[in-house]
Amino acid sequence: MTVTASTTPPPAAELPATTSLRPRRRSRGAALPYLLLLPALLLELLVHLVPMVIGVVMSFKELTQFFVRDWGSAPWTGLGNYRVAVRFDAPVGQALLHSFLITCGFTALSVGLSWLLGTAAAILTQQGFRGRALLRGVFLVPYALPVYAAVITWSFMFQRDNGLVNHVLHDQLRLASGHPFWLIGGNSFAALVTVSVWRSWPFAFLCLTAGLQNIPRELYEAAAMDGAGIWQQVRRITLPSLRPVNQVLVLVLFLWTFNDFNTPYVLFGKSAPAAADVISIHIYQSSFITWNFGSGAAMSVLLLLFLLLVTVGYLVATARGRDADA
Amino acid sequence: MPNRRGLAALTAALALTASACGGGAAIGGDGGNAHPRTLTYWASNQGASLADDRRVLAPELARFQRRTGIKVKLEVIGWPDLLNRVLAATISGQGPDVLNIGNTWSASLQATGALLPFDPRLLTAIGGRNRFAPAALAATGAADRDPAAVPLYSLSYGLYWNRALFRRAGIPRPPTTWAELTADGRRLTGGGHYGLAIEGGNYAENAHHAFILGRQHGADFFTADGRPRFNTPQAVAAVKQYVDFMAKDRITAPGDAEYAAQQSLQDFATGRAAMLMWQSAASSLKAHGMPGDAYGVAPIPFQTANASGPTRVDSMVAGINLAVFRNSQNRDGAVKFVRFMTSTAEQKTLNAAFGSIPPVKDAQDDPAFATPDLTTLRQVLAHGAAPLPQVPDESQFETLVGTAIKDLFADAAAGRPVTDASVRAALTKAQQQLPTS
Amino acid sequence: MRETPGFVWTRRIVLTALAAFALAPVYVMLSSSLKPLAEVQDAFHWLPGRLTLRPYVDIWHTVPLAHYFVNSLIVAASSTVVSVLVAVFAAYGVSRFRFRGRRLFTVTVLSTQMFPGILFLLPLFLIFVDIGNATGVALYGSRGGLVLTYLTFSLPFSIWMLVGYFDSIPRELDEAALTDGCGPLGALLRVVVPAAVPGIVAVGVYAFMTAWGEVLFASVMTNDTTRTLAVGLQGYASQTDVYWNQVMAAALVVSVPVVAGFLLLQRYLVAGLTAGAVK
Repeated sequence: MTVTASTTPPPAAELPATTSLRPRRRSRGAALPYLLLLPALLLELLVHLVPMVIGVVMSFKELTQFFVRDWGSAPWTGLGNYRVAVRFDAPVGQALLHSFLITCGFTALSVGLSWLLGTAAAILTQQGFRGRALLRGVFLVPYALPVYAAVITWSFMFQRDNGLVNHVLHDQLRLASGHPFWLIGGNSFAALVTVSVWRSWPFAFLCLTAGLQNIPRELYEAAAMDGAGIWQQVRRITLPSLRPVNQVLVLVLFLWTFNDFNTPYVLFGKSAPAAADVISIHIYQSSFITWNFGSGAAMSVLLLLFLLLVTVGYLVATARGRDADA
Repeated sequence: MPNRRGLAALTAALALTASACGGGAAIGGDGGNAHPRTLTYWASNQGASLADDRRVLAPELARFQRRTGIKVKLEVIGWPDLLNRVLAATISGQGPDVLNIGNTWSASLQATGALLPFDPRLLTAIGGRNRFAPAALAATGAADRDPAAVPLYSLSYGLYWNRALFRRAGIPRPPTTWAELTADGRRLTGGGHYGLAIEGGNYAENAHHAFILGRQHGADFFTADGRPRFNTPQAVAAVKQYVDFMAKDRITAPGDAEYAAQQSLQDFATGRAAMLMWQSAASSLKAHGMPGDAYGVAPIPFQTANASGPTRVDSMVAGINLAVFRNSQNRDGAVKFVRFMTSTAEQKTLNAAFGSIPPVKDAQDDPAFATPDLTTLRQVLAHGAAPLPQVPDESQFETLVGTAIKDLFADAAAGRPVTDASVRAALTKAQQQLPTS
Repeated sequence: MRETPGFVWTRRIVLTALAAFALAPVYVMLSSSLKPLAEVQDAFHWLPGRLTLRPYVDIWHTVPLAHYFVNSLIVAASSTVVSVLVAVFAAYGVSRFRFRGRRLFTVTVLSTQMFPGILFLLPLFLIFVDIGNATGVALYGSRGGLVLTYLTFSLPFSIWMLVGYFDSIPRELDEAALTDGCGPLGALLRVVVPAAVPGIVAVGVYAFMTAWGEVLFASVMTNDTTRTLAVGLQGYASQTDVYWNQVMAAALVVSVPVVAGFLLLQRYLVAGLTAGAVK
């Protein structure tokens, strides 16, 4: 799900210096940890790392329909695919840049709103009240529903002539004049953000609920004795205590949302409307629809580099923040 | 600190796996006859549902097995998946022995080299090139190469018109020019009814109509050597005319911009729209409960009353081709199967069941294809239909231009102006997404 | 904490709105699945005009839903079991041993979560095909290939969460087991695993949900016989009509097992996150 190992210094660091176990036989002991890790390592190599290396190789090739039968024979183009992708004054580069900016906007909105809703729900359900357990269950439903089942339902709700959204907005609340489109045209961006927030805020809620359980009650009691009201307690104790959780959570949500393919694909089908042409769909189109896999691979590599840069930057920045706190 | 030993192991593992997959040259290589008793056949969705297709094909495949002893494993694949499945089969070399392809993809798939070319020897084995209608043969691959597939079912576009709604509006006969169509459309529009239903969210339909109107305006979407030219003034005029049914003439419901699952067919069947341009819609209309005498079928209109020459095009050569996968391990059996499916008897049975026109000339005389609608569609196919460009980038043309039109419909539906400039910009963008542009 | 009326009212309003937001699609699934086809093709209404259970009968015939269901179940269950096993071993290694390359391993495994799926879809496909050609082990088009793919999707998070969980289990426990004569693996199985059940359950739930919901790889890596629900559900759209009532019924039917399982086990998930991940 994320790159969080380096975010949270491995909890071992917080424990007293660990002494490694003393295995009975030395020779076996040296190999044992590697043996334990081997299956995981092999699987990750097979499914992620080696394919990624091949993907990078492909990005330097002119892999069009003429060569898909035998990709090794595709001619090398050097940086050709990359040059086309980043020439922002030509249509391919322009489209990629447009898609990238849309994705940035989409991710920022979705992560921000998901975090906001998750935080609100976690704080408001922190104290016991009647029906709290039930409500927690309800909040987790969007997270538990299979993506395709949920998003296909949303696409039904967003239909112009027989969907729930227009029925509520226009027929019942009279907020919209006429029946707007949600799955084509400009509004498709709003539709995508809505579905994405709906899917991810429960995860934020789940993590933050877990985080709240680690806050010692005494902190609240002490603050109450100092005369702090409930809102002040939220501001002075709860939110600062959630900082480490938030640090991980925001990164996770960011990577998830930025790479999300399932939501737009099920919502809009193979060709997303221009206003919701997020990067994952754009790259899918550039490779699987136009059969230009080399160019698609180059765009994926650029995307990966961007995510790497943001992640490392984020980790460095937040780690410094944490050190300053400590 | 990366551990040196660990790094070495990782490199070794990488090298090992990479060498296992360096280029697929060895994959299957060329096919042969290693498995002469079975065939896998991918059929496209021709009937009202996938189950419908299985029902029609099952007895025919059983007959083939009785005759040849070859068992055919059938998989019916829906249109949204078919091209991707063919692509996956092409890349992996693991696919069916025989497959249906949309005839417009012939040249694109021909370029991959995944299909067995029907060289003169192979064509003779299935009875010779002359058995097929020339129009259908024109859509089997690039003109200067052996066909990549042979025609199986032929289809053409027709203008379906609702007799009752026309009568009520006092219109005696279907329009023959676009000016008439828009005038009639205006009279038929009102009170929740619309003149013309369009499948605006369906890129393939959009691309087909762009092609037909394009030919009427004199637009070729590709140069002779296969380079895309999507944004010529003629192409812009054609696409604008199509989108204007909704944007300017307002004879098409704005809601049609979202249609991609045959809702326009349903609107026509239920009388919400008075006209529809579709390929062989009879069986689907029947499935929607519209009796055959409730509508008529006319040729798609032309720009002028006496259109002639190269702009006298009112349909694309639509249809399904049958291809043999090059990697087939039962090539002889596959060719036998193609011969069987294109035999006169099977052509009659299958085309009658699917409401299409047999591309095999001998089969066309059957009374099943002499109904007024099919006669119209047959004449269109013979005299007014042009094949889509038989160039490698054709399937990309359909997705890119079709999607651009989908976005233009979205603009029109939202009330944003659709101008020559906006159409040209959309088409230019589509063109430049092609690597060969 | 003393709750002011303002706080209580804020809570009521916000939580009600959130619950409505969360459940709206579920309500649409339920109510639409009980409507006849004509009604779902018409303007939306909150309540069915005429109740029918037909969609729940028809879904099994329109597409081979039961077949897809079994495929999804096999794929998700197998990848869960393998993923949890592999993750337990790896997490134990990382949590209890100090060795060279430990940090490299964690960083590498976790960073794979950053990869856009679209980048390695085609290469992975090619690798599976080539392995099949070289060894005769069919991975492309088989359930095995999907199991392999999905389990690596959940593996990094599972390892990370279990490392956190194992770290919270006092080391003295396994030391005691070691002095009792167990080997390190004995200590893992007899002491650490039983103590980490909530974490392991949480990881299992996560792995199952990941496999149950994946669309992209399933759409390329499966064929008629191995198709999973994620792809199969789209079959309702390639009919004469889009049977929205059946789509909704099918969506509900395929969701019930995961949602029910998830809600039953959610307290483990919170416990697992509390102890492990969210430190």
